[in-house]
Amino acid sequence: MSVPRPQGYSDGLAIQWPRPNAPSRLDEETAMHIPDGFVDARTAVATGLIAGAGVGVALREVRRSLPPSRMPLLGVSAAFLFAAQMLNFPVAAGTSGHLVGGVLAVALLGPAAAVIVMTTVVVVQCLLFGDGGVTALGANVLNMAVVAPLVGYLPYRMLGRLLPGERGRAISIGVAAWLSIVVASILCAGELAFSGTASWSAVFPAMAGTHMLIGVGEAVITALVLSSIAHARPELLAGPDRATSPAPSGTAGFAAVIAVALAVFVAPFASPWPDGLEHVADRLGFGTAAAGPFLQSPLTDYALPGVTSPAFATIAAGLVGAVIVFLLSFVLGRALVPKTRGRTR
Amino acid sequence: MKAGELFASSADLDSPVHRLPAAMKLWIAVAMVVLVALAPKAWWFVPWGAALFLALVSGLSRVPARVLVGRLLIVEPFVLGVAILSLFQENGVSIFLALLAKSTVCIYTMVLLSCTTPFTAWIDALRQARVPSIFVTTVALMYRYLYVLLDEALRMRRARAARSFAPNRRFDWRLLASVAGQLFLRSTARAERIYSAMLSRGWR
Repeated sequence: MSVPRPQGYSDGLAIQWPRPNAPSRLDEETAMHIPDGFVDARTAVATGLIAGAGVGVALREVRRSLPPSRMPLLGVSAAFLFAAQMLNFPVAAGTSGHLVGGVLAVALLGPAAAVIVMTTVVVVQCLLFGDGGVTALGANVLNMAVVAPLVGYLPYRMLGRLLPGERGRAISIGVAAWLSIVVASILCAGELAFSGTASWSAVFPAMAGTHMLIGVGEAVITALVLSSIAHARPELLAGPDRATSPAPSGTAGFAAVIAVALAVFVAPFASPWPDGLEHVADRLGFGTAAAGPFLQSPLTDYALPGVTSPAFATIAAGLVGAVIVFLLSFVLGRALVPKTRGRTR
Repeated sequence: MKAGELFASSADLDSPVHRLPAAMKLWIAVAMVVLVALAPKAWWFVPWGAALFLALVSGLSRVPARVLVGRLLIVEPFVLGVAILSLFQENGVSIFLALLAKSTVCIYTMVLLSCTTPFTAWIDALRQARVPSIFVTTVALMYRYLYVLLDEALRMRRARAARSFAPNRRFDWRLLASVAGQLFLRSTARAERIYSAMLSRGWR
């Protein structure tokens, strides 16, 4: 199966089918493609709905703004990202990770198109290669195709403005790539714990820990790939144009999707709210979990008054938190990202 | 061997299973996966029943068992990796075994489906299922150019091997990145050519 490689070369380009055959791959990249049987019915439905909402917003944005001449670019970029996911890089002590490519897609295509392209990649991997489950499709699309690109988008743009020049772009894309991998892996851990497949105390450190390392590789590769593209064809990265930056409603939709996903699958387990927010939560009457076991119980005793089912109360409390976080980040985003409309092309 | 051989060859065989409408196969497979994946643990007979059915269909499909099992084994390590995490809790072992059985049956279902369905049939099935056209076009182009890109990457490697001395044993991030960057540039150039070709053939 493997393509014979020239003796001694180590460019990491392991072209194997359908996935890279890293020397030891049990603990890293597995991670992101959840197989069938690992998510229960309610998780499957919930992730499906949230992912569907995200993809729906992206579809609307792409239809609104993508010129027909960029249509083939989506398909070819999907092929490129599929191939790029076969790039192996060493992580530590003989293990290796591989690129997810969410932030690379965002930087090259813009957020909406990136979501479409990554969704295509994940769906094809699931249907044609059995890589990632059918019932876990919602979860996988949410983690790798919606959250991974979108989480990276804001830091990329904001840092890119603060740090000009080539080095600034490399830093901002690197930070964005690292963040996107880590957040996606934490979300993935949350989904597995939410399904009762693995306990949060086992799955969170395993996922977040390894992906903090893998994220570094992703960051380095993404930054280097981007700078090599910038050297050859700077106009491809010429900055935001109407085709790549979403409308305010699209931005709001994307932010809402991320906030809800984190609120439903991560907030119930770990609640690392900042002190100020904790205070607000206490005042509102649902912040009583501070003394609870931090990394242990699947459902801490977060509860909204008048809501009896603990699971529902936790989710409701998480949603309230998500709305707050969302409003904060939206205001912050509006304030920090200046309008770039009216640029002549 | 060419990168795409493994996938393409068995989907183009001819058998009663290959001749079934793709949309029907897709829905049966999805229904079966959903049933197996979401069945409560007490319904131990569901994965076994599904396995029996799959064995029967595999026999009818005339896809070599070597291909099917090979494809299954490629994905299996990833499943093991996630499943191991489930060992660290109460009743970990029984949960681990149940997970392994379920996901193996599900993966095999999808592998069998893709080994008995030519890609053009997939595209038609997606269109019939009213998937937004932008996705259908993206999937079609992606599939078409995936192998082209992989072959291009192999050509680039061969070209470099032919032109450079003293292969470097150290892992080289820059080299890897420039290969990927170059691949993307060639992809965009190709996309521009494809668009002209589509226009000249009366697209839209």
